[in-house]
Amino acid sequence: MSPPLLTIEDVAVELPTPRGDLRAVDHVDLSLEPGRTLGIVGESGCGKTMLSRAILQLLPKKAKLSGRVMFDGRDLVRLAPESLRRLRARDLAVVFQDPMTSLNPVLTIGTQLMETIQEHLELDVPAARKRSIELLAAVGIPAPEQRLAQYPHQCSGGMRQRIAIAIALSCEPKLLIADEPTTALDVTIQAQILDLLAREQRRRHMAMIIITHDLGVVAGRADEVAVMYAGRVVERAPTQALFKRMHMPYTEALLAAIPKLETAPHTPLPAISGRPPDPTRPLKGCSFAPRCRYAAGRCHAAKPELKSAEISGHLYACFHPIQMAEGMSA
Amino acid sequence: MTQLAVRDAPLLNVDNLVVEYGLGNKVVHAVSGVSLHVARRETLGLVGESGCGKSTLGRAVLQLRRAKSGRVLFDGEDLTAMEGEALRKMRRRVQLIFQDPIASLNPRRRIGDIVAEPLIIAGVKDAAERKRRVIEVLAAVGLDPDLVAGRLPHEFSGGQCQRICIARALVLNPEFVVCDEPVSALDVSIRAQILNLLEEMKARFGLTLLFIAHDLAVVKAVSDRVAVMYLGRLCEVAPSEQLFARPAHPYTALLLQAIPVPDPDVRPPESVAIGEPPSPIAPPSGCRFRTRCPRADQQCSAEIPELREVAPGQLAACHHPLA
Ligand SMILES: Nc1ncnc2c1ncn2[C@@H]1O[C@H](COP(=O)(O)OP(=O)(O)OP(=O)(O)O)[C@@H](O)[C@H]1O
Ligand SMILES: Nc1ncnc2c1ncn2[C@@H]1O[C@H](COP(=O)(O)OP(=O)(O)O)[C@@H](O)[C@H]1O
Ligand code: SF4
Ligand code: SF4
Ligand SMILES: [Mg+2]
Ligand SMILES: [Mg+2]
Repeated sequence: MSPPLLTIEDVAVELPTPRGDLRAVDHVDLSLEPGRTLGIVGESGCGKTMLSRAILQLLPKKAKLSGRVMFDGRDLVRLAPESLRRLRARDLAVVFQDPMTSLNPVLTIGTQLMETIQEHLELDVPAARKRSIELLAAVGIPAPEQRLAQYPHQCSGGMRQRIAIAIALSCEPKLLIADEPTTALDVTIQAQILDLLAREQRRRHMAMIIITHDLGVVAGRADEVAVMYAGRVVERAPTQALFKRMHMPYTEALLAAIPKLETAPHTPLPAISGRPPDPTRPLKGCSFAPRCRYAAGRCHAAKPELKSAEISGHLYACFHPIQMAEGMSA
Repeated sequence: MTQLAVRDAPLLNVDNLVVEYGLGNKVVHAVSGVSLHVARRETLGLVGESGCGKSTLGRAVLQLRRAKSGRVLFDGEDLTAMEGEALRKMRRRVQLIFQDPIASLNPRRRIGDIVAEPLIIAGVKDAAERKRRVIEVLAAVGLDPDLVAGRLPHEFSGGQCQRICIARALVLNPEFVVCDEPVSALDVSIRAQILNLLEEMKARFGLTLLFIAHDLAVVKAVSDRVAVMYLGRLCEVAPSEQLFARPAHPYTALLLQAIPVPDPDVRPPESVAIGEPPSPIAPPSGCRFRTRCPRADQQCSAEIPELREVAPGQLAACHHPLA
């Protein structure tokens, strides 16, 4: 396997709030090789976006970041702002849940695409225009030449997300971070956007991080999955291994809460009761303990560390892991 | 349930409803001749892609948007013909829950006042009586009245705001509730909590529901029957189990394929959905789905397919339904 493109070491993010410091990301380690896809899954508020912003060095001003973010041999945390800006524009791209976050409402789609392309690829106007049309066609926009003259509000939500993806891909990034790229979209458009991302990734041998709250979205599309809860990675495994045997009660509960087509109507859903803990009031024990049906003994008193399961690359943080193979114990 | 639906007069009967919006000198054909019924204590699911007219249909049922033509019979009375006081009285019996729970709550009003508002509009003058009913309904949706009544919406999460919206919709003891994408903006775990809560409320208050969503798995979880909508028209209506086991309309089949399956061994089919729906300003002739349908032929562009029975209890509007 090639050396990782991205290595996150002991990354923590703290945000000062009137209620006290809020630990949004709590000492996370992750790595990602070129051409691979990592899925980051968890409920809302568990730190997925803050982690991706820590990678991109796009945290709120007041945020305190510690740890190392090694990207392509350089530590982004310690990179000078100018080098960082250049890197972000060329090698590190991002697609947000709301495409309007990355689109400018008062500029035409053509202007936005061509500006990005010209700034980073040093092409003249006709070449940049040609490239823009190619990109729009590649992301499945019909009649791309006509689209160039339109404004974002003249496009549907699905179209806008395609355009945001085209802009993100325009500089041939090495890593694309897609933060809930389809949460605001319909299931049919969601399927198309996820296909599009997968196709472009294969073609470009780009690494990708897909952030979502839906395990269904990453199941068929990520090589590896990291499950986050209360700022921490609580389980991490190659996708196949994770779905075959999940060791964290939280992962199991997240999967169970998804309505399944096989289930008869009016069957109560196994919902996870309550909400994640207040991140300004960290718990002494396992953060999931108040909602965990396996919680017992140590769970309320100490924090379980991430440890290796029987399969290489499968890590979990739990005192009473589920579905363990014979002979293995916590 | 289906048996009941046949025997009892439906609580809601929508007959050939047409709703349009003016857009400059153009017309948006949002709902183009929809007929459906909902039996007492039944949940009818309504699915379709964004922009297909689900919300417009829901709002036209409640008379929040007046139809161009067609009728909406509620408990035998035509709401489209009602105005003023008569309509206001009727509206107490039908309520609406919105997609965006946070945006639909007034940020400057306290939760207790927000939930009490429908009571005030309905003319419940006794403050003690209002308070009693607010407390009762907040407790019913799983909120602690003492803790929440005095607080403002921004102090609550999306899931809690949706509980508050449900409380507000139920405080007048309605018979019929239109739920317009009540869980689309929520993450999987809160989604499950809210779906369970809606089911519980339905049983407890004997509600009849029109449940709108774009996710078929979500709709199946709560619906007795499901209606599938595309670009202003119904494609298919069938009992839930039947619709999912044997979809008759090609569009229903496409929606089913698009659901992400939480199993890595199930490879997502490549681009099941070709393109996006055409504009409702100039919908295609004949079958409106024909521009994306793999089975489309000449007849499909020439003739509008009518809803007809393809199996007992199952209606489809298609010239070439799936076997
Ligand atoms: N006030 C309005 N003026 C003009 N057009 C409108 C208006 N409201 C809705 N429309 C259009 O009517 C069509 C149906 O809209 P509607 O909101 O009912 O769809 P929907 O299925 O609920 O979609 P979504 O899931 O996006 O809410 C769409 O094409 C929409 O753009
Ligand atoms: N700008 C901010 N200032 C203070 N707290 C924030 C800010 N953005 C996010 N948070 C908090 O950080 C935590 C993690 O948020 P986030 O990374 O956005 O989670 P997710 O993406 O999983 O929804 C949450 O508790 C959230 O309320
Ligand atoms: S450590 Fe205990 S509380 Fe935490 S997930 Fe495992 S069993 Fe549940
Ligand atoms: S009528 Fe024709 S175009 Fe429409 S769904 Fe049936 S086969 Fe497809
Ligand atoms: Mg987020
Ligand atoms: Mg809607």
